Amino acid sequence: MTEKKIRVLVAKPGLDGHDRGAKVVARALRDAGMEVIYTGLRQTPEMIAEAALQEDVDVVGLSVLSGAHMALAPRIMELLKMNGQTKVKVFIGGIIPDEDLHRLKEMGVTGVYGPGASTEDIIRDVRSAMAG
Amino acid sequence: MTYAQSVINGDRLALARLLTQVENNAPDGRTALIELFPYTGKAHLIGVTGAPGTGKSSLVNQLALHYRKAEDKRIAIVAVDPSSPFTGGAVLGDRVRMRDLTGDANVFIRSMASRGSLGGLAQSTANMAQVFDAAGFDIIIIETVGAGQSEVDVARLAHTTLVVEAPGLGDDIQAIKAGILEIADILVVNKADRPGVENTEKALKSMLDLAHPTERVFQHHGSTMRVAAPAQPASSAPMWIPPILRTVSTEGKGIVELAEAIARHVVHLRQSGDWAVRERARLEVELDALVRESLMNRFKESVPQEMVEDVLEKVVQRNISPWEAVKILMKEK
Repeated sequence: MTEKKIRVLVAKPGLDGHDRGAKVVARALRDAGMEVIYTGLRQTPEMIAEAALQEDVDVVGLSVLSGAHMALAPRIMELLKMNGQTKVKVFIGGIIPDEDLHRLKEMGVTGVYGPGASTEDIIRDVRSAMAG
Repeated sequence: MTYAQSVINGDRLALARLLTQVENNAPDGRTALIELFPYTGKAHLIGVTGAPGTGKSSLVNQLALHYRKAEDKRIAIVAVDPSSPFTGGAVLGDRVRMRDLTGDANVFIRSMASRGSLGGLAQSTANMAQVFDAAGFDIIIIETVGAGQSEVDVARLAHTTLVVEAPGLGDDIQAIKAGILEIADILVVNKADRPGVENTEKALKSMLDLAHPTERVFQHHGSTMRVAAPAQPASSAPMWIPPILRTVSTEGKGIVELAEAIARHVVHLRQSGDWAVRERARLEVELDALVRESLMNRFKESVPQEMVEDVLEKVVQRNISPWEAVKILMKEK
């Protein structure tokens, strides 16, 4: 009973309506024994940060396919910090150009995944981020 | 400052973290619950249950919106979804239907996985409701999937229990099956814009008439005779007969009427004394569960695990029966 479950918020910020990837990842994390809170499409950074707070999640997974990740991700990271959730790990999946990958990591994003990333890799990275 | 103090002062991050502690049954959570208990007992607990796909989350969304706009109440929502019995994981998707509520600081939504523990769900849900109660939320809505005993137990925590049905989910035999309908204080036929709503309503009504007859109807050689049903056992308070209400939660239809029915039920509970009866029953169940847990812990401390294994092996070998095994373990011999 006292065993700590990893709680993950899977969210889609921004305006693109492609949620297949987010749902596949949500399901894979569920099958890995995690508790996944799925928020649905078209969330603002404020909505995501608020949900992350209320649900007291350990991890926030963002799926962005619109190309707006450099606008959305920093804002969400900032809001999480403002709310005092400094330990929450942020993962991003979607269409992320290589030159943005490093900038996102510098900002403190824990993992970035493009097309073809395997769910096993994501699960392993989430687990090791939680352990570390 | 302790968790409990921060929660009372309205710190939302502390509230969220305390809920995690309480859900995990961690020592910090217990300490805080003890500190918070004197502040509890003020909130109105509304349970919402029903089969998957009846529109519970959308209904809760609309109801919470109504309470915010019309009554300016502070609302907490605990939304329970099932955990996988195989992996222990869960996808909690109730927030998807509750996006209208985000951005309002007076609404706090918390998703919860059932975690499949025996009876533990009701306990942790009750504890989370206590935290919200102490934090000053006026109305706490607990939403569960209506499939099984533990969900019925959760609904029993509530002062007012809503059972949500939808047209096209089953025939009238479903309605007379024991269990979930019997706990309803208010029956909601959601998705009432769909065909078949009359049948669903009729099935629920006939089920209710059996439970609360107002008159008896006889068919005899083609003629119908009606007599008044025998008077219900005389009691000072009027009996509550669950109303059946139609809603279309995607359009917000019927929500005002639903809120009115809930308000009438609260008045009924207060006037009839049922409020106190339910509070007492709930606290009794809680105390009972804690005693059970404490006895189990004491048992585990006093009886070494090897001894349990030993006795179990004897049972497996059919040397002794499980009943004799219990006597040996409880040192009754």
